[in-house]
Amino acid sequence: MADYKFIGQPVLRVDGEAKISGAAQFVDDLEFGPNLLYAAIVESTRAHARIDGIDTAKAAAVPGVVKIVSGRDFPFKFGLYMHDRFVFAQDRVRFVGEQVAAVIAREPAAALRAAGLVKVRYSDLPLVLNTEDALRSGAPLIHPGLGEYEHVPWFFPRAGTNIAHFRKIRKGDVDKGFAEADLVFAETYTVPRYAHCAIEPHGAIGLFDHAGRLTVWTASQSPFTQRHLFSEALAPLGLSHHNVRVITPFVGGGFGGKAGVSMEILAAALATSVKGCPVKILWSRAQEFYNTYQRQGVKATVKLGVKKDGTITALEETLHWDAGAYVEYGANVVNAAGLSATGPYRIANVKIDSVCVYTNLPPGGPYRGFGYSEFIFGLESHMNEAAKKLGIDAVAFRRKNAIRPGDTLAYGAAMNPSGLVECIDRVAAEIEWDKKSKSVDPDKAIGKGFALFWKAPAMPPNAASTVFLKFNEDGSLNILASAMEIGQGYQTVMAQIAAEILTVPPAKIRVETPDTDRNPYEWQTVASHITWGCGKAVERAAIDAREQIFDLIVRALGKEREALYLEAEQVKSRREPGWALPLKDFVIAGIVQPDGTYRGGPIVGRGMFMPEFASASSDPETGQGGHPNVHYTVGASGAIIEIDKQTGKIKVLKAVLAVDVGKALNPDLLKGQVTGGFLQGLATVLYEDMRFDDKGRLLNANFSDYKIPTAMDIPQEVVPIFIETPQPDGPFGARGMGEHTMIPAAPIIANAVEDALGVRITSMPISAEKIIEALSGNRQ
Amino acid sequence: MNQRIEFVLNSEKRSVEPRANQTLLEMLRDTLGVKSPKCGCDRGDCGSCTVMIDGRAVRSCLVLAVEVDGHEVKTLEGLMPGGKFSALQKSFLAHNSFQCGFCTPGVIVAVSELLEKNPHPDRNEIKEALSGNLCRCTGYTPIIEAVVAHAGREE
Ligand code: FES
Ligand code: FES
Repeated sequence: MADYKFIGQPVLRVDGEAKISGAAQFVDDLEFGPNLLYAAIVESTRAHARIDGIDTAKAAAVPGVVKIVSGRDFPFKFGLYMHDRFVFAQDRVRFVGEQVAAVIAREPAAALRAAGLVKVRYSDLPLVLNTEDALRSGAPLIHPGLGEYEHVPWFFPRAGTNIAHFRKIRKGDVDKGFAEADLVFAETYTVPRYAHCAIEPHGAIGLFDHAGRLTVWTASQSPFTQRHLFSEALAPLGLSHHNVRVITPFVGGGFGGKAGVSMEILAAALATSVKGCPVKILWSRAQEFYNTYQRQGVKATVKLGVKKDGTITALEETLHWDAGAYVEYGANVVNAAGLSATGPYRIANVKIDSVCVYTNLPPGGPYRGFGYSEFIFGLESHMNEAAKKLGIDAVAFRRKNAIRPGDTLAYGAAMNPSGLVECIDRVAAEIEWDKKSKSVDPDKAIGKGFALFWKAPAMPPNAASTVFLKFNEDGSLNILASAMEIGQGYQTVMAQIAAEILTVPPAKIRVETPDTDRNPYEWQTVASHITWGCGKAVERAAIDAREQIFDLIVRALGKEREALYLEAEQVKSRREPGWALPLKDFVIAGIVQPDGTYRGGPIVGRGMFMPEFASASSDPETGQGGHPNVHYTVGASGAIIEIDKQTGKIKVLKAVLAVDVGKALNPDLLKGQVTGGFLQGLATVLYEDMRFDDKGRLLNANFSDYKIPTAMDIPQEVVPIFIETPQPDGPFGARGMGEHTMIPAAPIIANAVEDALGVRITSMPISAEKIIEALSGNRQ
Repeated sequence: MNQRIEFVLNSEKRSVEPRANQTLLEMLRDTLGVKSPKCGCDRGDCGSCTVMIDGRAVRSCLVLAVEVDGHEVKTLEGLMPGGKFSALQKSFLAHNSFQCGFCTPGVIVAVSELLEKNPHPDRNEIKEALSGNLCRCTGYTPIIEAVVAHAGREE
């Protein structure tokens, strides 16, 4: 194994000092001076209604109000994959909380008070609050104009219905597969909606200056995507990429919620109506819940065919996604899940329908796991049931059917190198799968659960990362990239990659947050692709800089190129052991010649990465023919839980996650992803749950009613295991794993509950009430 | 009428005239430019606005600015003696006890209060002291580890 100095080391975070000292600036910490205006939103009180009129007279009379705008002022649509979202509602509202108008005022309180005085007249339209109602023939149409909407070529909307996208996968022949099976059985599993709950709420400040340039400061995972969508949406006002700039300071947690564009479009649009004044809009915690993105709910019907020896012969899955009122981003979650809903299994015959359904609930969108957390609950619950029905050990059953490198994926491409079997074995050993635990306390039951997981980055085939790397006079470095530090530690990992190649320690490398005018292009910080994609770009930029350095040494000093190498921030030569030239002596100044002239000059490295093998083109009827996913990161996980039979409360005694990360670039940061991500997943299965009433109103839009875990709720022990099967195109062999740690939590708990009590719970969350009900004989 | 108040902020005497309904969090952030306390919920649920009043950790979004008249307020900035990182902060660095860092100032203030009262807390006491501070990123374990390591060292 290669001997690395910085790669694989527990290097301290380069953003650490800023974050433990309060120096780290988040968007609400930026100062804009006394000319700053504040916006408050007039929100729809109806889930589905026609807007008959907006009366702003009373609101306009509130002292301090500067401007009131509504859909009339901004008749623009926007969207990432599908243009179906509106800056402000136009003729109709489609969910409770949707922005209908905005008041801009000198003080936040005045804006809020005036917004409350804007009167909107509605005529109610029939509500569609779940996928069954939405798919019924003759259902009210939420987007009558669907057939006209622009979208990416890999979406298949059905005009005249509420189906925004229909992803089909057909591989082999499922009828034949089921005929070959000794056991065929189906079950339906339901997963509700969830909220990201980053502790920093969304916020944005827009400034449209008198020179006609729009700058927007946002809390975002996607500065370039934002610039692109702002430019597209506001093009009728004469804006284009050239005069739109997005600046993103540190982000206080993203989890997908700050990917793409949601409320930030308001800051961009509102700024154009108050030229010369910055205008700030901050979401309240309640708005954070109901008007950003939510994780979509899903109803998954899983039908599996298996032979007596445990071989899976066929899988048929129907996934109905409650995607909400707008699916510009969420439809791609549905797409990604459809492509990968087999889970990490080799299955010859597959039929998957993943259906993106409009409802009058808040827009669904990306959330850590991107559809995989949702379908894995049903799939991995079902796999356990299959093993049980066959009388085969659940781990042995998985091991037998686990996908191997080179196997054909559901959409026809080959599986990448990965160590799934090793993950399975390591987890089974760590939780002593072969030993049955029993509680000594008759009021407690102990159970063990096991589940596999996988996830591929869901990206357009041309998602690219670009990096500039520049030296400073003291030999330190700045890496200019446009990925976002959302907590995952990306800045540190990029510094480690550059450090390894250029021998400059990470502590001397700055990775600043992006500004689209100054930092080069990055698609988005989502999909767990940054370590891999942006990391590769950093690697290339560092190599580019190194090559420039060697070229210069050859040109200025006549050294033999092949003998040159870098060590401890110096250039050295294998030919001349005594010779060394510190980088700081020449990376800016150049190298002086006997005649007093200089050679070289500031060294700037450039690196770019785009997966040129990826393609989203495929047959719409079968999903075959493309290469939509670049690769999968796979893993196995297990848990030991204790259930209190009196209260129904579940305690996690031990959880183990093994992930094949390709190469653990920074084991400490990876560990952080496991402890954090697993707890986030655990909460979705134990208690988090969005509740809506029959008018489509969210009932628990705060942290008292939508409980997220506190320090009191953590598992007793979480054991991370990292397997390293190199990803051939990853930096030092690495692939991403940030989302993956959340994905298996639900099925391992469901399977452990089944192990402990003999009941299969098929709907999330698996709350204490459900356990008690199940114990008293009511099957869920 | 707004009332003028005098209080000590991070060892410095300040005199301010807050709006009657202004919260301590708003006064610190908007009037005085002290930005380490963050607003995560504005209703006492998340703890990201935690500061100390007379050595007691409180949620500054739930306190009116006028209430600190005559009292001593400390934010994270005031917990760095001589502008240097405290041993607790260094332990946070060493244990990666933060990811996005948004909750971190509030968490450090809450832990500082605990250690003031109980220099050698056990894990359960640490968890209890942290239970009012939400962190969506770390899963809390790295925070607890940092406190355990720090408190152990002082023994
Ligand atoms: S902002 Fe004060 S507790 Fe959340
Ligand atoms: S580090 Fe992100 S909320 Fe705690």
